[in-house]
Amino acid sequence: MSTTLVAPGEQSAGESDRRIINDFSIQVATVNGSGSQTANTVLMRSIFQMGIPVSGKNMFPSNIAGLPTWFTIRASRHGFVGRKKEVDFLVAMNAETAQEDVRKLDSGAAVVYDAPLGLNQIRSDLHFYPVPFDKLVGPVCPEAKLRKLVRNMIYDGVMANLLGIEMEEIGKALYKQFGARKAKAADLNMGACRAGYDYAAQHFTKTDPFRVERMNSTAGKIIIDGNSACALGAMFAGVTVVTWYPITPSSSLVESLIGYLKRCRIDRETGRATYAVVQAEDELASIGMAIGAGWAGARSMTATAGPGISLMAEFIGLGYYAECPTVIVDVQRVGPSTGLPTRTAQGDLLFCATLSHGDTRHPMLFPSNPEECFAMTMEAFNLAERFQTPVFVITDLDLGMNNWMAEPFAYPDKPIERGKVLSAADLERLGGFARYQDVDGDGVGYRTLPAATSHPQAAYFTRGSGHNAKAQYSEREDDYIQNMDRLAHKFESIRGAVAPPVADYNSRAAIGLVCCGTSNWAADESRFQLRDEYQFETSYLRLLAYPFNRDLVDFIRRHERVYVIDQNRDGQLLQLMRLDLDPAELAKLRSVRYYGGLPLDARTLTDEIVRQEGL
Amino acid sequence: MSTTVTPPPRKVNRIGLDVLSYKGGKTTLCAGCGHNSISERVIECFYELGVEPWMVTKFSGIGCSSKSPAYFLNLAHGFNGVHGRMPSVATGAMLANRRILAIGVSGDGDTASIGIGQFMHLLRRNLPLIYIIENNGVYGLTKGQFSATADLGSKLKTGVINDQPPFDCCALALEWGATFVARSFSGDKKQLQAILKAAISHRGLSVIDVISPCTTFNDHEGSTKSYAYMKDHDEPVNEVDFVPHFEDISVEIPEGGVQDVRMHDGSLLRIKKLGRDFDPTDKLRSLTELHQAQQRGEVITGVLFVDTGKPDFHDMLHMVEEPLATLPESRVRPPKAVLDQLMEELR
Ligand SMILES: Cc1ncc(C[n+]2csc(CCOP(=O)(O)OP(=O)(O)O)c2C)c(N)n1
Ligand code: SF4
Ligand SMILES: [Mg+2]
Repeated sequence: MSTTLVAPGEQSAGESDRRIINDFSIQVATVNGSGSQTANTVLMRSIFQMGIPVSGKNMFPSNIAGLPTWFTIRASRHGFVGRKKEVDFLVAMNAETAQEDVRKLDSGAAVVYDAPLGLNQIRSDLHFYPVPFDKLVGPVCPEAKLRKLVRNMIYDGVMANLLGIEMEEIGKALYKQFGARKAKAADLNMGACRAGYDYAAQHFTKTDPFRVERMNSTAGKIIIDGNSACALGAMFAGVTVVTWYPITPSSSLVESLIGYLKRCRIDRETGRATYAVVQAEDELASIGMAIGAGWAGARSMTATAGPGISLMAEFIGLGYYAECPTVIVDVQRVGPSTGLPTRTAQGDLLFCATLSHGDTRHPMLFPSNPEECFAMTMEAFNLAERFQTPVFVITDLDLGMNNWMAEPFAYPDKPIERGKVLSAADLERLGGFARYQDVDGDGVGYRTLPAATSHPQAAYFTRGSGHNAKAQYSEREDDYIQNMDRLAHKFESIRGAVAPPVADYNSRAAIGLVCCGTSNWAADESRFQLRDEYQFETSYLRLLAYPFNRDLVDFIRRHERVYVIDQNRDGQLLQLMRLDLDPAELAKLRSVRYYGGLPLDARTLTDEIVRQEGL
Repeated sequence: MSTTVTPPPRKVNRIGLDVLSYKGGKTTLCAGCGHNSISERVIECFYELGVEPWMVTKFSGIGCSSKSPAYFLNLAHGFNGVHGRMPSVATGAMLANRRILAIGVSGDGDTASIGIGQFMHLLRRNLPLIYIIENNGVYGLTKGQFSATADLGSKLKTGVINDQPPFDCCALALEWGATFVARSFSGDKKQLQAILKAAISHRGLSVIDVISPCTTFNDHEGSTKSYAYMKDHDEPVNEVDFVPHFEDISVEIPEGGVQDVRMHDGSLLRIKKLGRDFDPTDKLRSLTELHQAQQRGEVITGVLFVDTGKPDFHDMLHMVEEPLATLPESRVRPPKAVLDQLMEELR
């Protein structure tokens, strides 16, 4: 079933006259390494520049070149930016997948394809537009070795003509993409674009209903991927030590951070860096460095994905017990080893919450958009130093590596929080300190920094859990229990300090939806579908952080049933709630799960809720 | 007749601290354990050089050896990390604060078995860390299994014979980039002192492999890491004297066979050749010597390599002079105009 909406007042009897404005998805099927990224970005940007809400999602293989990849651009006048399951407009550039791509389309979809593929033979219920790409590229690109790249720009021109995208906007997007220094390359690509546009104008009669029309819904907005947003958050948090080991989908986070730091964090007078970035030998080392740096007073971080988190487990447990601040950004992806490393999931929720052996609990922040990637990464550093503990920012491949529309990020309105650090003067006044003494009743002791708090009474010895309040080695039962209880109490303080969930109570709703992270986009649209198609009202709660607070309990109490949305097989978000909630509340929880590796889409969610509710 | 007893004047070092200020907690290691002697040397050296103990930071992994930082320099911060991964913690902390004077203590299991990866990568970075391997050929703390430095054919107390060849941590250190490499024996007080002092003055990574017998699990007949074995097989390649920068350097130069190395802080390392023609600034030569000694069944000790000219890790990263840990907000959070500009470019 399709969710495309017919623009009101424009429906007429003939199928060909039906117009669907600013509400469709385009899927470009190519081979990876063929340089289609520029063409796709330009296409997405030009729609954005016409004021129409867009989102772009890259579905790529774990491979450098030669395997199929699909890029989906969704235009949505309602502002829905989650994945749309149905493809309305296919650009079929990959001979290998073309047949199957076409077979999967819903009736009435449109197909731009490389003419020799002869796709119009397969079905008769689609709108076909064959384009002789090889013939068109020759005249506009004399240099044969560039043709493979430039060829892709032709479909941008064809699409501009068929959809009504203004060529000036394509040009603007293209020149922005190439930048002033590559003006010649931009000219070449623009020529290819025009060739596509002209070809379409001369040879095609438009029969499909999809069109764009200028709107005013993107003014002032930016386009950015979640990883870059996290990187900016880290930089404006004042990060000083960054350690990492490359892994998809987190590598681009650190790579863009390196770019930002080189540009914005070089000391003007000395030309030296106010930061250190180390590409470590593995994640065992990157987390060790991050913890060591946090312990010694740096604002430290690392970014990784599930396999890296697995390696970090022991160290993060030590970080919890030794009470060392650091920030770990986990850009989640599917499974271990060659387990769909380029596909998205929310598969690390349970693992991160209690990572390591012994009793451990870690705070996690769940951004669902670039603005939150920025703000929450920044906040994670404050929480880490305030509570002297490792803090997770949990994103995923969908958020991290795809381009999203966002409001420009707000400059932080409060100063950096460095937490409880004693100076030499403090020690002079106090005559000493006990590292793990709960002086303020929040479970957080005062610390000193090696070689920074230079005072004969500054030192303490850091080790795992076997210590008393004075940081002296102890294997005594009472010392151990006291320490464990204080750590538990500290976690309660964290519960009160992390951001509460975003709630949308609907007084007519008996059921509620709860989710975190990128599930938000499907949830948001699913609520719309449930209301529109089934007259079914829902309330909504989006969790921004773990530990969960009272708001979750209240939300559950005020509804008959609550659907917990998970992008994993085992309902990890729901299982996390089990650690905290009473049986009466738990009894109200239902689970909706998706774990196919693609970003969760609204239709999947709606269908499942409809099934469980018996609507 | 009455006598008045005046206490002898408290003996202090050049910064006015007595030796007690360099002591640690009471050791919990076995009596006679080589590790304890090494802790004593560490205390003496820092005391005699007059280093401010609160500028020192101690790092270790896991093992009997890794416990020993708790037994020296109580006035220094310490971090007892996880097994085999002290290098990463030390690296992070030293990046946070480049003023830290860092000393790391590890074992042969901690370094050459579980920690070989971090050790090798540490070697590439020339981090200004004093890295002591308290090498007893076994895992003391887990009750005497072989480590990766145990010699081929050496025997456990239980009679088990080691059938895998050893790693030589000095050879690895030489090959992969440490800028100060030495081997010593926990029982050789004078040599170990001089080597430790030189390491304290060195700016760059110092690897000191100290044969440190485990009296409980590896000090028997058939062990190649026992006191008796070392007595018979220790072959010093040189005799080292250390003259700190604050003492009169214009010491008399004895006739022939002496090499002087000026350390980063101005101190002097005087290396006297012993018999053979050994040059500790010639890396390849030292490697060859190590290999040959191994074939002869000798344990060569002394300063095996020193290079004072290499940039350290902080220089490689082109970091500001001040500790990153305490940079004020104004230097780590770019102003609003920078964010506005970045946002503008993304529109
Ligand atoms: C991850 C992990 N694996 C195993 C251990 C158990 N363990 C503790 S100490 C040790 C060996 C220590 O040997 P070495 O470094 O030679 O120190 P020594 O006790 O001989 O001084 C082992 C295997 C551990 N602590 N952590
Ligand atoms: S077991 Fe061996 S290494 Fe451990 S303290 Fe005893 S003698 Fe030393
Ligand atoms: Mg050992």
